[in-house]
Amino acid sequence: MNHLPLIIKREYFTKVKNKSFIVMTFLSPLIMIALFAVVAYLSQLNNDKERTISILDDTGYLEEVFQNTEFTTYTNLNGLSLDDAIALVKEKEDYGLLYIGKASSLDDVSGNVKFYSEESPSLSVISGLELQIEKRLKEKKLELDGVSLAQIEASQTDIEIGQESFEGEKSSKIDNVVKLAFGGAAGYLLFMFIVIYGNMIMRSVIEEKTSRIIEVIISSVKPIQLMMGKIIGTSLAGITQFVIWVILGGVLLVVVSAIFGIDLTQVQTPQQEMMNQAMQADGTQAMAENLITAISNLPLTNLIIAFLFFFIGGYLLYSSLYAAIGAAVDNETDTQQFMLPILMPLILAVYVGVFTVIEDPHGTISTVFSFIPFTSPVVMLMRIPFGVPLWQQGLSLLLLIGTFIFAVWFAAKIYRVGILMYGKKPTYKELFKWLKY
Amino acid sequence: MNDLLVANSVSKSFGDFKALNQVSIAVPKGSIFGLLGPNGAGKTTLIRIINQITMPDEGAVLLDGQPLKPEHVRDIGYLPEERGLYKSMKVGEQCLYLAQLKGLTKTEAKARLKYWFDKLEIGDWWNKKIQELSKGQAQKIQFIVTVLHQPKLLIFDEPFSGFDPINANLIKDEILQLRDEGATVIFSTHRMESVEELCDHIALIHKSNKVLDGKLNDIKRQYKTNTFEVGLESLDRAKVISEIQDKFEVLPATFRNLNDDIKLNIKINEQTSPNDLLSFLTSKAQVHHFVEVIPSASDIFIQTVKNNQ
Repeated sequence: MNHLPLIIKREYFTKVKNKSFIVMTFLSPLIMIALFAVVAYLSQLNNDKERTISILDDTGYLEEVFQNTEFTTYTNLNGLSLDDAIALVKEKEDYGLLYIGKASSLDDVSGNVKFYSEESPSLSVISGLELQIEKRLKEKKLELDGVSLAQIEASQTDIEIGQESFEGEKSSKIDNVVKLAFGGAAGYLLFMFIVIYGNMIMRSVIEEKTSRIIEVIISSVKPIQLMMGKIIGTSLAGITQFVIWVILGGVLLVVVSAIFGIDLTQVQTPQQEMMNQAMQADGTQAMAENLITAISNLPLTNLIIAFLFFFIGGYLLYSSLYAAIGAAVDNETDTQQFMLPILMPLILAVYVGVFTVIEDPHGTISTVFSFIPFTSPVVMLMRIPFGVPLWQQGLSLLLLIGTFIFAVWFAAKIYRVGILMYGKKPTYKELFKWLKY
Repeated sequence: MNDLLVANSVSKSFGDFKALNQVSIAVPKGSIFGLLGPNGAGKTTLIRIINQITMPDEGAVLLDGQPLKPEHVRDIGYLPEERGLYKSMKVGEQCLYLAQLKGLTKTEAKARLKYWFDKLEIGDWWNKKIQELSKGQAQKIQFIVTVLHQPKLLIFDEPFSGFDPINANLIKDEILQLRDEGATVIFSTHRMESVEELCDHIALIHKSNKVLDGKLNDIKRQYKTNTFEVGLESLDRAKVISEIQDKFEVLPATFRNLNDDIKLNIKINEQTSPNDLLSFLTSKAQVHHFVEVIPSASDIFIQTVKNNQ
């Protein structure tokens, strides 16, 4: 008798109809968006704050360096003494006074620049000013050596190394960023999914034990059917929740930005503004174009298919272990000692993904970890955007499936024995003994 | 084939611990079979094997002459000792779910549930959650769920725990009615008075071994000691007692009676018939009370367990 659909249906509907689940599903995106809106709003407020910075330049080297921008106004106090200037700035309640003391030569300037202000100035303002001064002084020095400004300008070259594989596949730096973003998102999503819904499965197994219904149920169905039904039902509930989050989040994001008139793409902080000013902003348009080509350069079909397989495989592997833990213990506080061995490889996978794959997606460490079943889903998902040979993906998937089958067998054994054991917290040794019952 | 369920030399070990050692039982069709034994004797393990929750290491279990197979789940209704229901699920939904797990269709289950809910007058519980019910009320639901799919074999492990005397009686009557309608019942309990009341057959398991098995009446006959409980009235108590003591083995007896008379347990040997004893007694004193002492299930239980220590 196949009761799996019935069990899945019950698990799904009890999860979905649960009050706290409903509240979480609808409240989380609201909270997220509200938080985002507040942050955006606040940073906009910050943007609107105009600051005036007074300049007292006793050297004359830095004329016309500081150009007013939307939010920052520079006033020139040349001719005043330092004390007068400070008094004046204080009285005007300016943001601060940038003082460049007398210097005999260009080289001496560096030690003589000071910033006076009421409160300690923000780091970004200071570094912005530093950048601008450095740039001007460099130009001045070059001029002294007989290089004209026009020559300096002409000497600026923008290099972008075009990358191409031996097979003629083109890529660029931005490509790599996009690949990282895709891989990272996929890996992290899997990690979150496992932790959140794995726990949910575990709790639901414990609930059946504490309510003592388990023996009634397994006199009708096989424990492994119950376990698989639980895993699948809970996962479907999880997917439902995720989809609602994405849709609701997307809609809310649009609505909120429309209402508050916040152009979310244009939220720019003063520091970015100043940096751009100093460093010659990259062509934003060119960047957007690059981005689109970069995304279209991704092995999308491969990515999607691999994502499905590794996601499902990895999730099922871990959730069956969660179910086994739930069966082995009586209450949630006892789960801690068994959680660690599950979380360790997961966290390791994320670290390997973040630190090694970025550095060298096809290096030894990344490759090895993308084969080890417990880390492979996360690491392989992060590697795939960089192009992984199909045989590697296949082998890794095969290993994953093999381990998954073993894990289900193992979990089912523990589950079968554990659900009927009450009272004491089992040790690892006892768990091992259960395998032989 | 008169036995619905037959277990043939069933053994089961958990690690080094032998939970069942070559246990055989035969449960006749339409009987109430008492499965008795001290705590930890192995009853629950045997019941779980019958329910295919655990597999035996050795031996076989036959239901209706066939080795147990997954389809037999429909033919068995099991009320475990460790029982419960999903606390946050509604009564109706839960009953439907559990009934469907036993192979009923939804419409079948609904119709039968209506019958039982009307019979036990609990129709208004349908939309309540289990956690809103009292323990006894939840037990009623549990009982309905157990018998709903009209199984051939019903297994009750301590069915009366959690019930007040009125509801316990109600459930007892339901069990008897189910038996009369043709169901076979395995009944495991520590309450010997309900064994006395309900069981036709018993088996006693002690320390993983079956130590006693048979019809309750046969067993009682086996265990009887030809002892009679008598109550006599006489003016000269001491003389009468000594005269009886000369002829028979006598022990003091306690029972409730209206007169403050001589109360004795008198054991007779094989050659003496009860009538001989009675006529001897009537010749000596006024007889108010004359009953053969039949060992109670409780006595048999305690004695057997002690003998097998």
